[in-house]
Amino acid sequence: MKTFLKVVAFSVVVILFYAFYASYGIPQIKPEAPPQEEKLDLGSMTMYQFIALGDKIFNGKGTCTLCHNPVGGRAPVLDSVASIALEHMKDARYKGKAKTAEEYIRESMLEPSAFVVAGFGVKGTNDTESPMPNVATGAIGLNEAEIDAVIAYLQKKAGTEVTVKIPVGAPAKEEKAEAATAIAKTPDELVAKLGCGACHKIAGQVGALGPDLTKVGAVRKEDYLRRSVLDPDADIAKQCPTGPCAAGMMPKDYKDKMTAGELEMLVKFMVNSK
Amino acid sequence: MRFLTKAIVSIFIVLAFILSYPILTPASKSSLAFAEEVKKDASASSVKEEKAKDKPAYPPAPKLKETDYPKIKGFNGRIVIWLAAQLHLWFAAFVLAVPIFVLIIEGIGMATHDERYDKMAYEFIKISITAYSITAVFGGLLAISLMVFYPDFMKYMTGIFGSSMLAYAFLFFAESASLYIYYYGWNWLNCGFKKWVHLTIGLVLNAVGTTLMFLANAWVTFMMSPGGVDAQGVFQGNSWAAVHNFLWNPINLHRTIANIAYGGSVVGAYAAYRFLSAQTKEEKAHYDWMGYTANFIAIAALLPLPFAGYWLTAEIYAYSQQMGITLMGGVFAWLFIIQAVLIGALFLSANYYLWCGMGRSEGAVRYNKYIKYIAFVIIACFLVWFTPHTLVMTQTELKALGGPYHKYLGPLGIMPAKNTAVNIMILFTFLSFLLYRRANKIATVSWAKYGNIAQIAIFTGAIINIVFLGVYYGYYTNTALKVGSSVPQVASTLFVIILCMIIDVFMFKGAKDVAPLKWGNVPDRSQYALFLLAVSFTWLMGLMGYIRSGIRQHWHVYTIMRDNSPDAYTPTIGYAAQIVSIAVIIFMAIVIFIFWLNQISSKKH
Repeated sequence: MKTFLKVVAFSVVVILFYAFYASYGIPQIKPEAPPQEEKLDLGSMTMYQFIALGDKIFNGKGTCTLCHNPVGGRAPVLDSVASIALEHMKDARYKGKAKTAEEYIRESMLEPSAFVVAGFGVKGTNDTESPMPNVATGAIGLNEAEIDAVIAYLQKKAGTEVTVKIPVGAPAKEEKAEAATAIAKTPDELVAKLGCGACHKIAGQVGALGPDLTKVGAVRKEDYLRRSVLDPDADIAKQCPTGPCAAGMMPKDYKDKMTAGELEMLVKFMVNSK
Repeated sequence: MRFLTKAIVSIFIVLAFILSYPILTPASKSSLAFAEEVKKDASASSVKEEKAKDKPAYPPAPKLKETDYPKIKGFNGRIVIWLAAQLHLWFAAFVLAVPIFVLIIEGIGMATHDERYDKMAYEFIKISITAYSITAVFGGLLAISLMVFYPDFMKYMTGIFGSSMLAYAFLFFAESASLYIYYYGWNWLNCGFKKWVHLTIGLVLNAVGTTLMFLANAWVTFMMSPGGVDAQGVFQGNSWAAVHNFLWNPINLHRTIANIAYGGSVVGAYAAYRFLSAQTKEEKAHYDWMGYTANFIAIAALLPLPFAGYWLTAEIYAYSQQMGITLMGGVFAWLFIIQAVLIGALFLSANYYLWCGMGRSEGAVRYNKYIKYIAFVIIACFLVWFTPHTLVMTQTELKALGGPYHKYLGPLGIMPAKNTAVNIMILFTFLSFLLYRRANKIATVSWAKYGNIAQIAIFTGAIINIVFLGVYYGYYTNTALKVGSSVPQVASTLFVIILCMIIDVFMFKGAKDVAPLKWGNVPDRSQYALFLLAVSFTWLMGLMGYIRSGIRQHWHVYTIMRDNSPDAYTPTIGYAAQIVSIAVIIFMAIVIFIFWLNQISSKKH
């Protein structure tokens, strides 16, 4: 019985040590919840919201960044894919049928082996076969609208013209029509109405294309902020979440979309965001 | 009587073949019969014919809602199934592995006419037969739990694997029958031709047991890499395609080797238990020898296990890069640090046991001075394996360090460094074994000196090659080629093990013994090393079961059938470790109870 108790005690101590180490000795990363089927209200979406949707899919449901990231080196980084698409289409190894950058990106997502960037093919295939799955099938399963959103995001990211259209029966709401909606009573309402959250982190919204504005009042003065809304290219912030900020990213017509009172409410809100 | 035994053997072979036939042929009979049935129905009437044309032979994978998963107050379906599956798997691995090496040991006993082997083989199978019924109990619990908590999933799986599930049940009867005849007929079939019959029954037992495991593996791997179905999960009628899915063979190989290592470690723990409670010198000597043999089996299987694991991982990447990166680079990445600690514990405890075993031999004194260097190298390799690549830090710490990678330790976190470390760790464990093997012997062949030089040269050359490959591929090539060092490194290690073993066998053929081996002359603490080996193995298997299942993420059947239950999320490693620990405690409690039962069953008034 003594041996029995000794080996039981020894086994329990070893098991508890492993359990303790696994629970407290290493960082506990909570995995993301399974992706949910989202119902997209494309009819009421502006192009900027559509691009933000592409950003969200690219970094989330699409799992693109698992491979297309600068650290792992398993797949090419796609920052400039829209600008170098034409170059790839002229390559002798190109097997696709795309005529434009937009078609090329869509083709790359649905038929990844149409062109494989040198060094990223399946081992032993001499870069003729891509290890990437068709994003419309399998575990990723993007629908047509989601694929278009990713294309729009990649075109915007490359600084090229966004040629993709929001794929709905009804066209995207005219931005003038949005301006004609009721006057916002709170900063949150105004931010939602203008769609600032599509690109910026502001008022509880988490856009990741433009600078984070949650503490902008601590570093920018009132005049600067007002000027940035009325004339976005007057001062360009240095760093955006996806890289250096570029001129032309923010629409210049916000001055037409809000009343003077709304403008002052927004500026005051940002000044107080510290 | 001779005719009767021959007839029993023949019946088993034919039975195993017949039962395997439907599953292991390209289109199983049942699926063909099903298709035939559909044809008959279709020709019955024109209306029915039209319907049969429109209706697919098999339904697509169901799209489930949260309400499709039954809830039973006080029970969490996932935890119940997790515990039942894990406990079933541990016991199944044990009862499948033991007959493999029992058969080999029995064969050695028969060839050498050394009755000790026969006695030991019998004692091994005696332990596994007690565990056999518990395996069945947990298997039943698992099947019932799956039907209760995941009825739609089970319905879908049964629609595809119905024939193999039936065959599984029949094979289980065949395994039970062969196991009982093998065990209870041990003394009856123990001499002359009867011994051959007994060995044949052992062979049938292993063939049936392995087929059972392969069938169960097919269901598991189908969930990871579905085959024989279209994108909607509609079964195409080819059972072989569903069984022979992409990851089936890598899992089959990995589990077979791991089972042997695991079975060895558990019977090693049994021998340790009996050694510690032995009352006489003879008993101690017997169980010391048994523990040594069990440890040898465990280590012999443990050495190639990382290579089988590497092949499995490579195949996972080949099947789905997304799944592969989830496995190695996502949230599970930190799990491999825990795995490093566990495998480090396995290697260190196995080596420590070998070093303690040097006490059995007077000739071992010559080699004692080398042990500290071997220990140093193994610990250094363990630390390299243990080093994480990306550190989790606060913003201040990140700023102070200048990034998530440590300047000096960061480079040790990448796979080529870890591959280099594990290969060297394996080589030095093999070196421990070589030293132990020759501890009590003096070679008498004229070329002994050159043999030693050749072995040293092979070891040195291989280590230089392994380090060079690791450094070159790891730090002087681009990322896509970094793992390119793995295969030549593994080849170098296997080359050393095979070649040095061949040289050693010939060099020590007819060697003189320094003095008789003193079995039983080992400290008690060495026996706790055997227990550490068994507990670590069990815990490690539980953890790797979590990751194997976890990489499917929110899919019952990857990309085909989504898990929409409230438990579809992946739990944290800490949570998984706690569930695994509870399961290990239950398992070890039952196993030690079995050891105790075996002990009291052999006591005489």
